[in-house]
Amino acid sequence: MSAVLPDNAPPVMHQSPGLWTLAWRRLLNDRVGVFCLAIVVAYVSMMLASYAGLVAGDWNKEKGVSYANPSFLAGAENLEAREVTNRDFGTTAKPVDLSDIDPLAPRYKEWEERAAKIAVTEVKRAETLAFGGDKWGRDVLEKAIKGSEVSIFVGLTAALFATLIGTILGALAGYWGGRVNDFLEWFYNIFTSIPYILLILAFAAVFKRGLDTIIVILALTGWTGIYRLVRAEYIKHGGREYVKAAQAIGASHFSRMFVHILPNASHVILVQLSQHVVSFIKAEVILSFLGLGVPVDMVSWGTMLAEAQNELVIGKWWQLFAAGASMAILVTAFSMLTDSLRDALDPKLK
Amino acid sequence: MSEDNLLQVQDLRVTFQVDKHSTFEAVKGISFDIPVNRTMALVGESGSGKSVSAMAILGLLPDNAIIPATSRILYGGADLLKATPERLQDIRGKDISVIFQEPMTSLNPVFPVGEQIGEVLRLHMGMTPRAAAARAVELLSEVGIPDPQLRVRSFPHELSGGQQQRVMIAMAIACEPKLLIADEPTTALDVTIQKQILELIAGLQEKHHMSVLFITHDLGVVGEIADHVVVMQNGVVQEQGPVRAIFERPQHPYTKALLECRPRLDRRPMRLPVIEDFMTSGGSANYDERPRGVTAGDAVILEVKSLNKTFFLKEGFFGKRAVPAVKDVSFKLARGKTLGLVGESGSGKTTVGLTLMRLHDATSGEVLFEGRNLLGLSDKEMMAYRRRIQIIFQNPYASLNPRFTVGNILTEPMKIHGIGKDQKERVEMAFHLLSRVGLPEASFYKYPHEFSGGQRQRIAIARCLTMKPDVLICDESVSALDVSVQAQVLNLLQDLQDEYGLSYIFISHDLAVVKYISDEIMVMNQGEIVEIANADEIYLNPKQDYTRKLLASIPKGWDANRAVA
Repeated sequence: MSAVLPDNAPPVMHQSPGLWTLAWRRLLNDRVGVFCLAIVVAYVSMMLASYAGLVAGDWNKEKGVSYANPSFLAGAENLEAREVTNRDFGTTAKPVDLSDIDPLAPRYKEWEERAAKIAVTEVKRAETLAFGGDKWGRDVLEKAIKGSEVSIFVGLTAALFATLIGTILGALAGYWGGRVNDFLEWFYNIFTSIPYILLILAFAAVFKRGLDTIIVILALTGWTGIYRLVRAEYIKHGGREYVKAAQAIGASHFSRMFVHILPNASHVILVQLSQHVVSFIKAEVILSFLGLGVPVDMVSWGTMLAEAQNELVIGKWWQLFAAGASMAILVTAFSMLTDSLRDALDPKLK
Repeated sequence: MSEDNLLQVQDLRVTFQVDKHSTFEAVKGISFDIPVNRTMALVGESGSGKSVSAMAILGLLPDNAIIPATSRILYGGADLLKATPERLQDIRGKDISVIFQEPMTSLNPVFPVGEQIGEVLRLHMGMTPRAAAARAVELLSEVGIPDPQLRVRSFPHELSGGQQQRVMIAMAIACEPKLLIADEPTTALDVTIQKQILELIAGLQEKHHMSVLFITHDLGVVGEIADHVVVMQNGVVQEQGPVRAIFERPQHPYTKALLECRPRLDRRPMRLPVIEDFMTSGGSANYDERPRGVTAGDAVILEVKSLNKTFFLKEGFFGKRAVPAVKDVSFKLARGKTLGLVGESGSGKTTVGLTLMRLHDATSGEVLFEGRNLLGLSDKEMMAYRRRIQIIFQNPYASLNPRFTVGNILTEPMKIHGIGKDQKERVEMAFHLLSRVGLPEASFYKYPHEFSGGQRQRIAIARCLTMKPDVLICDESVSALDVSVQAQVLNLLQDLQDEYGLSYIFISHDLAVVKYISDEIMVMNQGEIVEIANADEIYLNPKQDYTRKLLASIPKGWDANRAVA
């Protein structure tokens, strides 16, 4: 319309909304997106609070009886807990007096006195916990919260690294084409021809067990899809006139690759990033379930699920449920947020 | 009169629901009639609502379009806007058919063209496959495709752009429609092909006694083909009437402006008239003639000697096929003058421009800029010359990075070339250049998507000016713009040349624009130079057959003798 109007718009001297601001506004208009964003933010703040020790700091304490019932199932029978109790106090038979032949007998009294000095406070173990307990009577809810720390951290960092690798390799292949592209494509083909889980197992076998190892494994195996998409974006944008115009004004290769093209491919990268967070959270669970995941002194949703398979046989379903539900809610919210992000970020401007 | 009208559009309003809270009224209550057996032209610039009106007739508007109940499109006694989808389906393709702008995207790439024509016949005419195939051959020969027996089995990509458009026309006339809607059918085609297609449509219209609704932005085409003209602007009909009246006695200032804005072959005013001249003061055509041409005494700033560029296509496993795009091109560009470069698509004119700037690597040849061969410089040495030769691309929607603000776009080249002491000085220079190209200073903070095509092209021009270049290559820089905006940008380019003494290489397929802006014209065909001469010389006195053919294809607009003949 302005094609026929003179260019005399009133001079408004302020920054007009950029594409990111517009995308943010579009996201805020999407109710599902905002809801999912709220869930994800809640999870991340929960994870941070747990990391700072504000919540679930004592997840490792054995607070309840073995397999303590969830409080909403207080009346249910807990055979396992009773068995343990019986074992502790069941030996009522008087011990045989051996004091005349025992060489240590004179010292028993001294030891008993010393032992009495050490205050042993018998913790009164709770019969029920908010969401039940595991075999050692640890609170399942706290475990799930603490577990989110490992799972989300692994998912986020591994996805960040995988995206970084995929973006850089994709940018190189797509921008330069030719030999660079051939080499990277060859590398990619070899990488993807190996079954995924086998590759993970191979890496896991080589590296020592630990959180950093999982992140490295996931990042090194997960970049391939991102690489392909970023490469395609770079091939598409590399031929665009605005990149030619940048070359004409003398912008360097680096500037053209990362200052000019990258922001225009960022929506693809961002969506890939969040999709990979989801799949890496699941991958960590699978790895831990297979026993290749986090060390035994840590808890993640994956180790919880691994424990839960034995518990399920004896009808203790709450650990499985706590870990499964936490993961399902986060993963679903994250996936739907990703969809909303893609809609919000897709520049429909020509 | 009403029995002579095939279709009547009455008070058509189309509003688009943009999002939950805002709507955009594209067509604001227009009325016109399409007479039987006549060609009716719907003329307007982008955003005038001409295509939306046509889509409304066909019932092909997107779902977010709202048409009030008062609007009516009467066809055969019934209102098409209230027809059932089944009825519309029946009418489309059979009674009313359409040709679109881009033949390549309108044809299905995986089916032979004969089959695609046959499908229409089987669907609407109930023909057997065998009869449909036979009819497809007849139709192809009717639209002037050579060897129709063979061509029915061709796939769309095996045909040229002009032939594809002919296939589209064959499909459109397959069921002998009463109304053919042609939506900018020649805009994507070369001028020589355009002429053939226009002649074909006119011939078919007469032969089949159908009505044609011809949608275009080009009044030159309208004058050649239409009987009646409707001029639209911003969703409103500004003027309508018989073609003679529109061209000889235009009433509305907008019509007058459209007629005058377009550069003409017979006049070359100092400045082109623009729409505002007419909308405010009624306009005046009394512009002085601008003298053009180069003389032997003009200083040469750029000299190209036997430039060659060959592309290699892979063939088979190891084979390569050489495709020469530019063959032995030599020319001189005089300082402060404009060299027009014309040719059809595939003539190599854009490749010449890109190779000069080293955006393509030349295969051989020399580009002497003030005596130094640019093609022999290292990348580092080239940097100093980069800023002195700049390019403005065709599509202003693609040549600006959508993620940069206009401020980023303008200051980036200054940073790269170390122009201006600090950021503050660069910002000031950017402000100055923005006002120089006729944009408000507030544009500095905006993003390209907030501007119209003409404004974006001004930004692209300002970006080049930041580097104070000596030579500016304009690669189809005004081809994508509306006529009125084209006039503004051409005036701007001319002002800048007068002010800064810039030298232009003006690449275009539009011969009227090139004639207006150029001192010297170089005609290219299939990578070779056909003819170089002063602008007036080449138009008055073309030496080569190809040049003559090209010049003859330019739409002449209204010719008072046409009605008589």
